[in-house]
Amino acid sequence: MFYREAGDFKTSYVDDSQTFPIKFDRWRYYAVLAVAFGVIPFLINDYWANAVFVPFLIYAIAAIGLNILTGYCGQVSLGTGGFMAVGAYACYKLMTAFPEVSILIHVLLAGGITAGVGVLFGLPSLRIKGFYLAVATLAAQFFLVWLFNKVPWFYNYSASGQISAPERTVLGHAVTGAATTASAKYLFCLVILFALAWLARNLTRGMMGRKWMAIRDMDIAAEIIGVNPLTTKLSAFAISSFYIGVAGALFFAVYLGAAEVGEAFGIQKSFLILFMIIIGGLGSIFGSFAGAAFMVLMPVLLKNVLVGQLGWATDLAAHVELIIVGALIMGFLIVEPHGLNQLWRLAKEKLRLWPFPH
Amino acid sequence: MKKSFATLAAAAIVAAATPAMADLNIPSLSYRTGPYAPGGIPYADGFADYFTLLNERDGGIGGEKIVVTECETAYNTEKGVECYEATKGSGALVYNPLSTGITYQLIPKVTQDGIPLYTPGYGRTSAANGKIFSNVFNFPANYWDGASVAIKYLLDENGGSLEGKKIALVYHNSAYGKEPIRTLQELSAKHGYELMEVPVDHPGQEQKSQWLQIRRDKPDYVLMWGWGVMNAVAIQEAANIRFPMENFIGVWWSGSENDVLPAGDGANGYKSLAMHGTGMDYPVYADLKQYVYDAGKSAGAGDQVGSVLYSRGMYAAAMIAEAARKAQELAGTSAINAAQMRDGFEALEVTEARMAELGLPNFGQPFAVSCEDHGGPGAAMIQQWDATAKKWNLITGFIAPDDEVLTPLVMEDSAAFAAENNIAERCN
Repeated sequence: MFYREAGDFKTSYVDDSQTFPIKFDRWRYYAVLAVAFGVIPFLINDYWANAVFVPFLIYAIAAIGLNILTGYCGQVSLGTGGFMAVGAYACYKLMTAFPEVSILIHVLLAGGITAGVGVLFGLPSLRIKGFYLAVATLAAQFFLVWLFNKVPWFYNYSASGQISAPERTVLGHAVTGAATTASAKYLFCLVILFALAWLARNLTRGMMGRKWMAIRDMDIAAEIIGVNPLTTKLSAFAISSFYIGVAGALFFAVYLGAAEVGEAFGIQKSFLILFMIIIGGLGSIFGSFAGAAFMVLMPVLLKNVLVGQLGWATDLAAHVELIIVGALIMGFLIVEPHGLNQLWRLAKEKLRLWPFPH
Repeated sequence: MKKSFATLAAAAIVAAATPAMADLNIPSLSYRTGPYAPGGIPYADGFADYFTLLNERDGGIGGEKIVVTECETAYNTEKGVECYEATKGSGALVYNPLSTGITYQLIPKVTQDGIPLYTPGYGRTSAANGKIFSNVFNFPANYWDGASVAIKYLLDENGGSLEGKKIALVYHNSAYGKEPIRTLQELSAKHGYELMEVPVDHPGQEQKSQWLQIRRDKPDYVLMWGWGVMNAVAIQEAANIRFPMENFIGVWWSGSENDVLPAGDGANGYKSLAMHGTGMDYPVYADLKQYVYDAGKSAGAGDQVGSVLYSRGMYAAAMIAEAARKAQELAGTSAINAAQMRDGFEALEVTEARMAELGLPNFGQPFAVSCEDHGGPGAAMIQQWDATAKKWNLITGFIAPDDEVLTPLVMEDSAAFAAENNIAERCN
């Protein structure tokens, strides 16, 4: 009844090509933004920030990054954990080398450095495809983790190979280090996520995104109609790695505060983010959010229900949690192989027709 | 966005219903799942059982009941952060995460929140310098002490000289495993042995190439900094290449029954460091049996009683209880808070007489904590596995570490941390 194009007249090309063509969607989007920026920062506490919101926001950035590469450009990557590590270590080196510079700049620079590394490891994608490319990026994953373990310069020669984030500020408010307030952490990640998600959404709607999708759908056909595979694939690797690098920098500096590469950025992280975009939906920005939310919130929720509410033993709960999350993933993918995003799209189609489905 | 908000809302309802303020709340960030569970389970059981004993026998500490809230971390730092945030709101008095990675993460957080962090035998070694690390305590011994004790023992074995010997370090490739490297390098410069570093990546189930390297390079001794399944695999692999077991020494985290039993007779003669006694020959077990085991109040499956890591969990719990007693005495109230608990830790002195009163005579070394020294004396014993009797035998008394080498290292590392984080020295 409310969710339809009818009666919402567009009188200019700008109106016609806006991201949310349906009025209800637009209002929903503004409402979400208003809650995220105007309400949550005042209510958030340490537990909510550190256990729920901050990991969700950071994983959402990483998932958008991987979705650009895998979902939009069709290049399967298993090197996400390694690229996050590049972001984290770049951020750490910059933070400790230039303490007076704002952390926001360091985070963005860390993303830029990761973009460079991503392009380097993206070069094989010009020759190999599919599973073979996945294996090449897997090599990047293992190489990068090995590198950060092996070369002491990356962790400033600390005795244990751990990197820990000292206190750094943005506009006078600490956003890394122990003195950071929950709302500062949350807002810092939210602002970056908002800017990057907005950028990603518009990139994928524009010429660049269309080129990526053309390569994804059939690279030979794309080449014939004039899409340059070199620049297209490498731009996907660069932009994707930029996002993942930013996510890695935030993950280390804002969320964890200290990290060791094998544990925080190992192969399981690559898989986790790949699962996020598969469950959320390949080739969709909303899917990246939904997948990140599912993979971050589900375990926390189940743990709180099973241990906090039902009083189960912690080990039993942890095992049951794995079973339930696994079963849910399988269930979702059997019912809807295109992920949560497809469910959302179907819901929207139904809403358009409601209450007269035929 | 609809779905995520529904989930969020549900989580909100649940999170609001976490347990209310308890009398003495001591969270146990344990791990009973994952590749490190063989170490995590006995430790968590011993930790919980000791507090159950205090509750049942003495009615808690100073009349205040103790509530141990377990939170599963699976040795994972992200889950560790979540557990910390979930439990600190309910008035947590002290944290003991049994993970060096989680410890590194919690050091700035506990310092900010004013909660003590107790990491006996693990964690950040340089936290022994109380001038820099106000809220972290790692008595009675730490990794660098362990490395030094192992080398001292080998010196004794070799008539005071390790000149020309080759010693391999098989280590978990993480913050934990890398901790002793710097000490061993310094000691190798001093004693003239050659150090060979052999990293094993998480979780350590696959070590064929590492042991092949050891077979090829033939080190005289192998030291191991391993944890979880890595220990059992390493001991099995060492047995497979017929490495002489009496030349293979693990740190105290690589010396439990769960590590040697899978290798069967092959593990006979394997040695490890020990920072406390083990076995059931201590009077405290009579009370534990009466008030806990026979009353059906054991934590977990109750099958770990008396094992090395069970003893260690119990030892940690006993030291925390002693610190709480001290804190109650200093604060003049039984309902202490985290800041008072910290003061209790800093003023803690445990003598042999006190250990005997606790039912643990000749179990651990006596020590006194001070504002400057949070690390204790750091001595350790050597124990050896007897595969036929299935028993650890102590083969030395307490060996003191080489403080001449360690103290400058601790000072250097803590000074670097202080400089990086702008921390001023205390205790002046």
